[in-house]
Amino acid sequence: MDGLRRTFLRAAGGTLTLAIATAAGLVRTGLARADGWNQSAFESKALADALKNIGAANLIESKDIVITAPDIAENGAVVPVAVTSKIPDTQSISILAEKNPFPLAASFDITSGMEGYVSTRLKMGQTANVRAVVKAGGKFYTAVKEVKITIGGCG
Amino acid sequence: MAEPMKIRATLKGDVADVRILMLHPMETGQRKDAKGEIVPVHFIKNVVVMHNGKIVLDAQWSQAISRNPFLGIHVKGAKAGDKISVKWTDNKGETRTDETTVAAPS
Repeated sequence: MDGLRRTFLRAAGGTLTLAIATAAGLVRTGLARADGWNQSAFESKALADALKNIGAANLIESKDIVITAPDIAENGAVVPVAVTSKIPDTQSISILAEKNPFPLAASFDITSGMEGYVSTRLKMGQTANVRAVVKAGGKFYTAVKEVKITIGGCG
Repeated sequence: MAEPMKIRATLKGDVADVRILMLHPMETGQRKDAKGEIVPVHFIKNVVVMHNGKIVLDAQWSQAISRNPFLGIHVKGAKAGDKISVKWTDNKGETRTDETTVAAPS
């Protein structure tokens, strides 16, 4: 009898611990959102997960997105990448290096106070497609450009 | 204390061409030092650009942005003398804010 009760209590304790852990997890997620950093997207290791976690579904290939990057970059530690979106009401531009350990490199929330243009420099581990994802009017548009890397820049 | 940024804002028509250079190691957490120990991850997570006190860009970055990050944007409806301020926050909670004024084209 005693043994049975102990088993029951242990099981109940286990559930309780799990519940607390879940609650703590939820709190952390809430904080991550509050500080404006999409943790789940930035920590995605697969390209498909990264795209899903920035909310990008039904991607539409668009010629109105121009990715300016070198065809061949000698140094993967510094790859200049600029993205221009001519799509009206561009709300955000995300840049992904498809074969990096964490593909999502940056996400820019664009307001009406600026043009749909961002320029930065990325690290790329190896030759890969640089993908731009543009959110405009609730839809997601995309374009890619391959950049060949001579020396990787993730080490 | 983090090093100051270099910000340049030049007017082209009614658009300010803003170029920002931040000084930050942007460690990926994957690099090893001379002793073979992993250098802890340390990178800028958020960058906010304001034009006369109004947010124009809110960016989220990963450790894949290069060391000493560069950011270039075009701010619409700008005039010479307007204020452009930039604030970054890194994963250790360190932050830095710098400001410049839009220069007339030379």
